[in-house]
Amino acid sequence: MSDARKTPIISVRELSKTYDLGEVRVRALRGVTIDVMPREFVMLTGASGSGKSTFMYLVGCLDRPTSGQYWLQGRDVSSLGPRALAHIRNSEIGFVFQGFNLLPRTTALENVELPLLYAGAIGTKQRRARATAALEAVGLGDRLGHYANQLSGGQQQRVAIARALVNNPALLLADEPTGNLDTRTSIEVMGLFQDLNANRGLTIVLVTHEHDIAEYGERIVAFRDGRVQSDHPVTTRRAAAIELARFDETADEDAVSA
Amino acid sequence: MSWSVIFVIAMKALRRNAMRTALTALGIIIGVAAVIVMVAIGAGAQASIESQIRSAGSNIVTVSAGSGGFGPVRQGQGAVTTLTADDAAAIRREVPGIRYLSPGLNTRSQLVAQTSNWNTQVQGTGAELPAIRSWPLEFGAFFTEQHVTRAARVLVLGAVARDQLFGAAADPTGATVRIRNQPFRVIGVLSRKGQAAMGQDQDDTAFVPYTTVQKRLLGVQHIMNVTVSAEDGVALDMLTEQIAALLRVRHRIQPGDQDDFMVRTLEEMASVLTSTTETMTWLLASIAAVSLVVGGIGIMNIMLVSVTERTREIGLRLSVGARDVDVLMQFLVEAVVLSLSGGTIGIALGFGLSYAVATIMEWSAVVTPQAVMLSFGVAAGIGVFFGFYPARKAASLNPIDALRYE
Repeated sequence: MSDARKTPIISVRELSKTYDLGEVRVRALRGVTIDVMPREFVMLTGASGSGKSTFMYLVGCLDRPTSGQYWLQGRDVSSLGPRALAHIRNSEIGFVFQGFNLLPRTTALENVELPLLYAGAIGTKQRRARATAALEAVGLGDRLGHYANQLSGGQQQRVAIARALVNNPALLLADEPTGNLDTRTSIEVMGLFQDLNANRGLTIVLVTHEHDIAEYGERIVAFRDGRVQSDHPVTTRRAAAIELARFDETADEDAVSA
Repeated sequence: MSWSVIFVIAMKALRRNAMRTALTALGIIIGVAAVIVMVAIGAGAQASIESQIRSAGSNIVTVSAGSGGFGPVRQGQGAVTTLTADDAAAIRREVPGIRYLSPGLNTRSQLVAQTSNWNTQVQGTGAELPAIRSWPLEFGAFFTEQHVTRAARVLVLGAVARDQLFGAAADPTGATVRIRNQPFRVIGVLSRKGQAAMGQDQDDTAFVPYTTVQKRLLGVQHIMNVTVSAEDGVALDMLTEQIAALLRVRHRIQPGDQDDFMVRTLEEMASVLTSTTETMTWLLASIAAVSLVVGGIGIMNIMLVSVTERTREIGLRLSVGARDVDVLMQFLVEAVVLSLSGGTIGIALGFGLSYAVATIMEWSAVVTPQAVMLSFGVAAGIGVFFGFYPARKAASLNPIDALRYE
């Protein structure tokens, strides 16, 4: 375990990305150097346009850098071809989007099964069992047959998290996962991330522009104009489980006083 | 990645977008069915016109007395008396490939029965005329070679002449009809044939042996025409040439002089009709082509309209680890399944509608394999191309670009 601690799970050097929009060239990322160690819970913050999302897409192998190096679990990923990157997306990284990105008119179970379909020879029964287990892990064991549009926003995001977890990746990336959720549901989802980080040993990198959400992590990396502006540990970390209990108490009091 | 998994993914995608699937299939179904029905009706019309020509006798050659050319003194048909029964006999004897032959000599006369009378065309012919014209009898029998030899006073009535003299549907066989004050025995009635291609009523007529017209009605030696039907497979232009050559020798016509006869075939008429049906087939084929294009555009529209949604779907699939080939195979299978099932339903519908048109409207409709293959091929081709091509573009994007596609 101590050896694993020494090798960063994510290691990027001078990573940059330039979008060529015809007349304009947008330098979204201008040389970012960061290490993320296993089991870390890192929050990326910054204003919109600061490059934090671009960075996430590069780390998630959803996009390719213009220059710079990226080692994922000690392996140089920046030079890999599209097929190898597809394999990494499938088995080594789980990605959670702000807009959930569930397949419409499809059940929660089938949505979670999706990465398993592309994972090679997995039988129908085993696929079903693993997807069910992943949904139970995010507390949706009783919603397997529900369609995406029959679920609340928080539930949809938890389906998306189950989908990210179903191939047992070591790294979970989340791009503004609470951006479309109300306060209570946001706390719920952050509680789920904290639980996965603490109890399943997942490394989590999460993008958010809300400072209070960032305090659920243990390290905050702030982006500005395509560069890392600051990188510091969270001094007073928030615990979602406790806050949730308190939140429900106040809600009950409100209900009584009303 | 195994084909069974790809197939499962594709079928799930088709089921998830049931409306789009149905609309795309509908485009293919309508395109295929419309082409099949249109071409079937066209082919049926052509076949029925061809069979009408055949029933009129497309293998018939007519020799008529008189000149068709532009001589110094042109005489009308029938005014020339050089064509004789001996010529007819010589044609039969010396020209190969003749199946039936009938000399002809017509006159117009009043027919007088017991209670009524009627003015009609009296056609003197040989005994083989019904065989030449493929003309069955309703009652009795046509006159025989013996009747012709004896110049017998026997009479076969056309249906309209019979109606006028004896009343509709009556069987007058054995009755007596007087022509120019001579008693003729009615021995048969021809079945109704309707109007000829040029409009004249073929049933307002009466047949007697041509010898009878020569000796008993007109008192002449010549005949007006010879009608010949060729054996199957005999080239009519060859037959025409041989008959003309023989008659020129017999009539001692010098090279360069005007013929005193004309040899013509029904082919000339048939070729006009054939070109008419060809025009019609082209017309129907272009209607079919238009319906195929319309159906194709329908397929294309549905496929292209859903590109945005599908590009995002592709982005999502790529982001959870699908390789570009996995996505391409999925879309290919989807497009092929859609095209095959839509095409099959379209073919079935095309057959059904062709059959329905044939029965209800009493048209003939002939489903041609070319129409089936062409329509199916084009519709399936369009379906596969427009299902596959946008997917190919999307699958080559970075996952994040496909996910954020607008």
